[in-house]
Amino acid sequence: MDLVRACLDRIDAVDARVHAFLSVDGSSALDAARHWDARRADANALPLLAGLPIAIKDIICSQGLPTTCGSRILEGWRPPYDATVITRLREAGAIVIGKTNLDEFAMGSSTENSAFGPTRNPWDLARVPGGSSGGSAAAVSADMVPLALGTDTGGSVRLPAAFTGIVGFKPTYGRVSRYGLVAFASSLDQIGPLARTVADAALLLQVIAGRDPRDSTSAELPVPDYSASLPGGVKGMKIGIPREAIGVGLQREVNDAVLAAARVLEQAGASLIEVSLPTIEYAVPTYYILAPSEASANLARYDGVKYGLRVRTPDIHAMYTRTRGEGFGTEVKRRIMLGTYALSAGFYEGFFLKAQQVRTLVRKDFTVAFGSVDLVLMPVAPTVAFKLGEKAHDPLQMYLTDIYTIPVNLAGLPGISVPCGSADGLPIGLQLIGKPFDEATVLRAAYAYEQATDWHTRRPPLDGNAGTRERGNAARGTQDVGR
Amino acid sequence: MSQRVIATDYEIVIGLEIHVQLLTDSKMFCECATAFGAPPNTQTCPVCLGLPGALPVINRKAVELGLRTAVALGCRVHGTSQFHRKNYYYPDLPKNYQITQYEYKIHPPLGTKGSLELTADTSPRRIGIRRVHLEEDTGKLVHVEQHGQILHSLIDFNRSGVPLMEVVTEPDLRSPEQARLFLGRLRSLLQAIGVSSGRMEEGSLRCDANLSLRRPGAELGIRTEVKNMNSLRSVERALAFEAQRQEQLLDRGRPVGQETRHWDERRGVTFSSRTKEEAQDYRYFPEPDLVPIAVGKQWIDEVRASLPELPDARRQRYASAYGLSPYDAGLVTSSMPLAIFFEATVGHYPQAKTVANWLAGDVAAYLNAEGLEIEETALTPNHLAELLRLVDAGTISIRTAKEILPEMLRTGANAEQLVADRGLAQISDTAAVGSVIDQIIAEHPGPASDFRGGKTQALTFLVGQVMKKTRGRANPELVNRLLREKLQP
Repeated sequence: MDLVRACLDRIDAVDARVHAFLSVDGSSALDAARHWDARRADANALPLLAGLPIAIKDIICSQGLPTTCGSRILEGWRPPYDATVITRLREAGAIVIGKTNLDEFAMGSSTENSAFGPTRNPWDLARVPGGSSGGSAAAVSADMVPLALGTDTGGSVRLPAAFTGIVGFKPTYGRVSRYGLVAFASSLDQIGPLARTVADAALLLQVIAGRDPRDSTSAELPVPDYSASLPGGVKGMKIGIPREAIGVGLQREVNDAVLAAARVLEQAGASLIEVSLPTIEYAVPTYYILAPSEASANLARYDGVKYGLRVRTPDIHAMYTRTRGEGFGTEVKRRIMLGTYALSAGFYEGFFLKAQQVRTLVRKDFTVAFGSVDLVLMPVAPTVAFKLGEKAHDPLQMYLTDIYTIPVNLAGLPGISVPCGSADGLPIGLQLIGKPFDEATVLRAAYAYEQATDWHTRRPPLDGNAGTRERGNAARGTQDVGR
Repeated sequence: MSQRVIATDYEIVIGLEIHVQLLTDSKMFCECATAFGAPPNTQTCPVCLGLPGALPVINRKAVELGLRTAVALGCRVHGTSQFHRKNYYYPDLPKNYQITQYEYKIHPPLGTKGSLELTADTSPRRIGIRRVHLEEDTGKLVHVEQHGQILHSLIDFNRSGVPLMEVVTEPDLRSPEQARLFLGRLRSLLQAIGVSSGRMEEGSLRCDANLSLRRPGAELGIRTEVKNMNSLRSVERALAFEAQRQEQLLDRGRPVGQETRHWDERRGVTFSSRTKEEAQDYRYFPEPDLVPIAVGKQWIDEVRASLPELPDARRQRYASAYGLSPYDAGLVTSSMPLAIFFEATVGHYPQAKTVANWLAGDVAAYLNAEGLEIEETALTPNHLAELLRLVDAGTISIRTAKEILPEMLRTGANAEQLVADRGLAQISDTAAVGSVIDQIIAEHPGPASDFRGGKTQALTFLVGQVMKKTRGRANPELVNRLLREKLQP
């Protein structure tokens, strides 16, 4: 209860400036905390996340709480059901404290595309937190919650984690159920944890991972004990560095920090091997055909007929066009149009089908690389966090923010972002990418790196007390609550 | 029939698209019930309402029923087949896309390239089956009207997501009659293999047709799509109307517009509902929320082994075991209920050929005229057998039997009761018939002496007079015999 109250106080203190949350459900959270407090006498019987507050990206359905997807078109809609991840979190004792800001329908890299105003980066309020899970990342980074869930379609967990100096993990496509995640691009979307440490991320993944009969694309594979596998170290591990991802086209400090991080892993016993991913240069254009195509169908249901915004007009055609015209923001409309175009008769073969073929090639590139290495290492983003408004009117520049993250979604692989440096007082992220369903190795290497460095202990200079708060992993935090 | 008039100038080309609601307890992609007639929106969930975040999961039973059909129709079953999204906006379609299968070479539907044999009155004919695929049904719009104006519309999503199978034929049908026969044959097949109830009036079997005319041997003409035909009979009527309409256009040198037309059962016409000139682009693409359907050889073999006797085999068995003519065998197997009725009747009355004659004759004529199926009439196999026994026993004449059959079909009355109530029993009493014959001979001395003089055809006239006097009830054999005796020179 103290922990929940501390989180609520912190939200009160800083979120007016950061704007990480779209809604906070303090009273339910306190009720839930009271429930777990009453059970803490028997600490051994407590589930994994008992009493731990968590923030949820506002694109994951939670019964009774608003789920806006950052869009006017769903403003006020309250889902009548819980997403599978929410059910699992509740069963594990986690307390959903509120829903976080995002780019509308997760379409964006800066959280500026929210219909409810942008989220700001706790490290520099003039800068973006990255996106689209910018609210979840900022909430964790600014100490408002120890844990959060985001979603990652083209980098939307990893990029904001990198920009705000925390850990963000996109699991393998199919590892975490998408049931109840409002779809942007169904073949790419994946829910992932955001946390301050690798251990916390592992703990959260443990709870949400695993086969769900409600999601046909969730994998029927056992979920290993991630926390137990953390301390294994990287001795003997082979880590590939793609020559296409290093040296040119990215900020010098980012390049240097990522290479320095590679050497840290080398010193810890890993061997570094140069690999090649020749097709990743086509990943961004490929993504911007496939993701909008799927989105154009996924977002067709917002028509004013059943839920959300309805602009009343005398005839149904006008109702469709006015509801969607007024309900969607510019970027969402742009992508719906892109996708509709790419799927149209006469263009399908040249665009959608071609992009699917390129996707296969990208996947093949990784398969080849993983023939000789255990992990692939590269930057998360080419730069540190940029200024609000800096790329807002140049969609192409904005899209290129995701050049290192998008290939991982196209290939469906697990990828983590861990803090690995800073430039001008802004965090830099290191990306480690694993084989399909080998989250354990990714976490183990990330943990080894984290143990060898102190980047993850640095907090944003948001206010006077930021440096004084006790930090540690959330699991320990729970037990503190328990005692 | 109408198509014969046309056939001299044009050949009619028809292809059918048949939508079949599958006999599953739950919907195509969720666990909601499929029962017909529940209060609106009581059989729904986030999945079939298309709520944000909900995901479909394939109903294995529906795949199995699709597979049964594909195998029974001799289709090539594809090892992996995929669902697609068909994108269009309509308020009864909650996601504004329909999950369906699409004929795309790398993502084939469940089954392709099958066929079904049609034994029409003429020679047998193979009708190609282009594909068998699975999809979800839409919801249903209910328009609230006042003074003929729509006030507002309501949507019932109970039907949304109900498993549908679409069977598409090649344009191999050549007359409205063939279309009707084919549909009846397909329906009896689907009933036999437990895939569909076949109830067209409930919408569990729906048929759209594409029809065009051409000069024999020429390229296919421009087709129209005819919808809203709710019975076998309306399929035949609608297509006959449409063929005639197109013929008149062509004869006047006017083009046939490519369009969708609705059949108006009451007025007996088709009318244009929307033009297809600017063909809608459905932007099909593979459904990313579902993994492909994998059908292994073992599953196909299991399905094949579990199929019951199919109507084709049944027809051949009837022909050989009961000695039925090809036409009679085809007719009594044209629907599963009719075949069951036939066998049940034969159980009570073993002269199968007689039973088949009656079913293919008077019973079929009644069903055709009334637009009914055998199971929709009140006739029972037991009653029909009883009727035939009364004929054999000489209690009633065939003519009387034909007269009372419609009433039995309509009301379920039993033959013996009807005969007793109306005094229809045949007069087989020698004395009674003899006295009528005496009267007739007295009234018609001319013909009587003609017969005696060797003009045997005069007997026919006299028999007719006796029958007339007894209102058909005199036993004709007896009349014949007694007349001959009495006129013996």
